[in-house]
Amino acid sequence: MSEAPLTDGPHASPEVRDALAKTWSDPPGFIGMLSAVNHKTIARRFIVTTFVFFVLAGLLALAMRTQLARPDQRLIGPNLYNELFTMHGTTMMFLFAVPVMQAVAAYLVPLMIGARSIAFPRMNAYAYWVFLFGGLLLFAALAVNTAPNTGWFSYVPLAGPDYSPNKGTDIWAQMITFTELSGLLEAVVLITTIFKLRAPGMSLNRMPLFVWATLVTQFMVIFAMPAVMLCSTALILDRLVGTHFYNPAKGGDVLLWQHLFWFFGHPEVYLIFIPPLGFISSIIPTFARRPIFGYPAMVLSLIATAFLAFGLWVHHMFATNIPELGKSFFTAASLMIAIPSAIQIFCWIGTLWTGKLNLRVPLLFVLAFFFILVMGGMTGIMVASVPLDLQVHDTYFVVAHLHYVLLGGAVFPLFGAFFYWFPKFAGRLLDERLGKWQFWLFFIGFNVTFFPMHLLGLEGMPRRVWTYPHGMGWDGMNFTATIGAYMIALSVLLFIVNVVKTMRSDERAAADPWGAGTLEWSVPSPPPPHNFDAIPVVHGRDPLWEPSAQPAFVAGLAADAREVLVTSVLDAQPDHRPMFPTPSLWPFASAVATTILFIGSIYTPWAIVWASLPVAVAMIGWFWPSRGENRLAVARERRP
Amino acid sequence: MNAETRREAHGTGELVLDVRALPTFAFSHRSLMWWSTAGLMLIEGTVFAIAVMMVFYLRTRAPAWPMAAEPPRLFWGTLNTVVLLASLWPNQLAKNAAERGDRRKAAIWLAVCLGASVIFLVIRGFEFASLNVSWYANAYGSVIWLLLGLHTTHLITDTVDTAVLTVLLFTGPFEGKRLVDVSENALYWYFVVLSWLPIYGVIYWAARL
Repeated sequence: MSEAPLTDGPHASPEVRDALAKTWSDPPGFIGMLSAVNHKTIARRFIVTTFVFFVLAGLLALAMRTQLARPDQRLIGPNLYNELFTMHGTTMMFLFAVPVMQAVAAYLVPLMIGARSIAFPRMNAYAYWVFLFGGLLLFAALAVNTAPNTGWFSYVPLAGPDYSPNKGTDIWAQMITFTELSGLLEAVVLITTIFKLRAPGMSLNRMPLFVWATLVTQFMVIFAMPAVMLCSTALILDRLVGTHFYNPAKGGDVLLWQHLFWFFGHPEVYLIFIPPLGFISSIIPTFARRPIFGYPAMVLSLIATAFLAFGLWVHHMFATNIPELGKSFFTAASLMIAIPSAIQIFCWIGTLWTGKLNLRVPLLFVLAFFFILVMGGMTGIMVASVPLDLQVHDTYFVVAHLHYVLLGGAVFPLFGAFFYWFPKFAGRLLDERLGKWQFWLFFIGFNVTFFPMHLLGLEGMPRRVWTYPHGMGWDGMNFTATIGAYMIALSVLLFIVNVVKTMRSDERAAADPWGAGTLEWSVPSPPPPHNFDAIPVVHGRDPLWEPSAQPAFVAGLAADAREVLVTSVLDAQPDHRPMFPTPSLWPFASAVATTILFIGSIYTPWAIVWASLPVAVAMIGWFWPSRGENRLAVARERRP
Repeated sequence: MNAETRREAHGTGELVLDVRALPTFAFSHRSLMWWSTAGLMLIEGTVFAIAVMMVFYLRTRAPAWPMAAEPPRLFWGTLNTVVLLASLWPNQLAKNAAERGDRRKAAIWLAVCLGASVIFLVIRGFEFASLNVSWYANAYGSVIWLLLGLHTTHLITDTVDTAVLTVLLFTGPFEGKRLVDVSENALYWYFVVLSWLPIYGVIYWAARL
């Protein structure tokens, strides 16, 4: 270490800034790529990966819609059709909707809270690799024609050893293990980041609402995902080593699967839905040009939604033989979710009403959210009541409802978020005109696709049928829905064109092109490797909109080492300044070893034994400190 | 608090928050490691809780419990409970030593813990043998094996963690934050031991009710 250590602070010299950028950069080259730990690098890969899965799953849906365009069509056979809807649902839920929200959060949260890094950057990288390998496993199965075909919720006994003897369901169950492991680790990473790495002064009641939404969601992940890991593990044990969890002949129970799956599956809807509430709460104030109305009510609503989400799972099981009293309870609980949702919608309307609207593409997507989600909420109230649910159960009505909720609640705001934060992701603004074309095609195409499905369901068309006879009165609406599906595909294609075109242009975005108020807009677009030249000191909820107060910045963190500032949980008082880990190949190696273990265990239970050895070796290698790092750490050490 | 507000050095007269004097590591909930350990404990605690619910759910569906089997023999499970509880003592001493900054004592007590973990892993083997049911006999056997298997996974991973940390403390390279690792390892050890108590109750005693 040199005599006068390089430290950061406001008005830093170019020398300090270069040192910071060099310190926090990922190494070059192919090995460097595999060793990357910068949260922006990993999150960008994560977002792109989930988006590729979104497009693939969309193409599968397009194939299904093409098959259903006309009655008695023979383009796709029944078995392939089963694989297609299973893959579509599984991919959209497990490889797109939940992980994309964590991926966006992993990019934005450190920037929003004034941190140089995410907590546990290597674990973050490991979680990404595990996720990628899990997703690849599922699509490799489709490529070699052993895709799962028992639906995205894989009910037993259909998914049990007697009725699904091929490997597809085993692969489905292990894909769950991969993605949920990744999701759980991301949850720990994000919670720790949010609690401990906020800039000084950003007390909990000054956190941006997107950060609140992320925090609440990650706690839900922690309590929800273990259920699905456990039930899919029990399923694979039934299939591979002859246990009887779901086998009624030996004391098992098939409803056990439904309870465990939906104890995860219903909160999962909110894992998908709550982060977009955070997007909306970020976009609306910016484009209404005023701070959000009712911040405390918004935060409490998020938390209330999270709690209520765990008391709803049985409403997926109204068509089973559970007690009637239980059904009434879960109907009431399901209706209660309308309260916190309505509070938030009123606060947003209040903000929009009293603001000066700037009708740009991100806001368009948010306004579409209001329309579509309210529609989905209406049908939600309908299917939450038992008698109606029994009528429309397993029909296209449910398909319409869930797409209104999920696309309206998640995908529309997500596209809004892509447009809004694209300068931070890629340093450029997406094209507004193409964006408007995309928006209207998507909005109209969506309604053309899914609105007729309500009526199809009411007219009795069951979901998951690979074809239908002429003369049921379903032909016209199915054809309409297929046209809408192609419109959606075209709109997504326009988005991809927009991204490619924008990435090729030389026009760079300013640091704060929308005039927003939160910290991520105080740094250049895209942010430098170290995010902030000097860590800001926060004095309010919208730091960029408030008069500057002093001290405005932190000084004294190392510029030539990965030193971060850890603050206290509630008030974000400066506490200590640990060193963060450097880029390393070990997380990648550990993920490869984990993959060998998970995939091996599909073929022989002994893989759990022999493949745990490379996992242990890789993880010990990951943990073991290098001499160089150790010297640096000891030299800087200051005891508490 | 060691952070202080002072005038910026470049002569602009601006105030800055100087964090140079802050420590580089801290114990307990001040450290990031505590939060990740707490996160893992929440996740795994949820896994255990759901597995226990599976037991009682299947039991409501069964005409008799245990299904077509004798309850597990008490001896090995109870012995293991005693060993696990006893291991909390060296565990706490390792934690105390680490928080005092005493690397040598922390290493020694960790090594004692490691000895305890070898003992309880061996006994765990006998426990599996005394369950009186196999996992493929019926749903009761499946869920009991699942529960015991889940907890055994924790014993194994905790043993490996502790072994690696012990070796590192003896051989180096050493730095202050390893003391935090010892302290958090001890916290996790508490979790593994204390989560055993309800599982022990469910496997060995609920089967007798």
